[in-house]
Amino acid sequence: MIVRILGEGQWEVSDEHLVELNKLDEAVEKAVESGDQVTFSQSFSALLDSVRTEGTHLPDETLHDSDLILPPSDASLEEVRELLEDEGLIPG
Amino acid sequence: MSLMKRISLIFRSKANQALDKAEDPRQTLDYSYQRQQDLLVKVRRGVADVATSRKRVELQINQLEQQSNKLQSQAEKAISVDREDLAREALTRKSGLTTQINDLRVQHAQLQGEEEKLTLAQQRLQAKVEAFRTRKETIKATYTAAEAQTRINEAMSGIGEEMGDVGMAIQRAEDKTAQMQARAGAVDELIASGALEDVTAIGRGDDIARELDAMSKESDVEAELAALKSGSSPSPGAIEGGNNTQATPAQEERQKEEGQA
Repeated sequence: MIVRILGEGQWEVSDEHLVELNKLDEAVEKAVESGDQVTFSQSFSALLDSVRTEGTHLPDETLHDSDLILPPSDASLEEVRELLEDEGLIPG
Repeated sequence: MSLMKRISLIFRSKANQALDKAEDPRQTLDYSYQRQQDLLVKVRRGVADVATSRKRVELQINQLEQQSNKLQSQAEKAISVDREDLAREALTRKSGLTTQINDLRVQHAQLQGEEEKLTLAQQRLQAKVEAFRTRKETIKATYTAAEAQTRINEAMSGIGEEMGDVGMAIQRAEDKTAQMQARAGAVDELIASGALEDVTAIGRGDDIARELDAMSKESDVEAELAALKSGSSPSPGAIEGGNNTQATPAQEERQKEEGQA
């Protein structure tokens, strides 16, 4: 499975690792919903770190779309919310 | 996988909307390639813009640091001639500058970060565009229009996602830079208006530089006199270093009063 971290690139992540990613993802989602900044930044960076360390970084010239896409590492809680809700962050 | 899934879906649908739509799917490849080139130009321009902003902030930091050093040496000089009031004034102004400088340093680091990010985005896009070009030529040479569709879709979605990513990076960098440029403009105006530059120069009755100048002229005369009396030539560094022991504080005070009279 290919995961993209916006602004960083793509990683190939094994299926076994998805269980852990799902858990981390859930924590981020809850934090976004509750608006809990501290939990958000902790769980979000844990999620990204997990992709970076467990995944295999794909070369830049790989022409493959991703199965999953994650916000840029410096995205704020508000930006993630915008990314989910409207068209603010992604230019048409 | 809800959060990542949702973002992926939204992002992908945007990226797909941006793709097209030609009669012959193979034309789509050329059309997309053109848009990739355009985006490469845009991201290069983005890198240059951020670099310009960064250099501007660097220049401002240098200007303010020079000013700050000047105030520091004025404070030292003032202390060496026993004028704590002047030294205090110089240090107070310096502390104001230090706050400005620290603020600018934070901005500088942020701009540097944006510049690095955009440079990396440019490299990634460049690599993908190059891969796309090769793939495009292969597809056009190998397949009929009907056969090509699947391969084209693969290549297009791979590059489309990258283009969305880079487009977003450019936009974020632009937003951040715009905010900082507004603040940098304010600092420029401040420097231009002389509020910072002239803080120790002419214009104020109690000006530090002027008072110190007047005092050191008096001390110069005193030092030369002392040198003549002792039969040696005057040492030019003696006053600046504040180790001229010939004039007592009381004498200096008197000289100062005479100087001002």
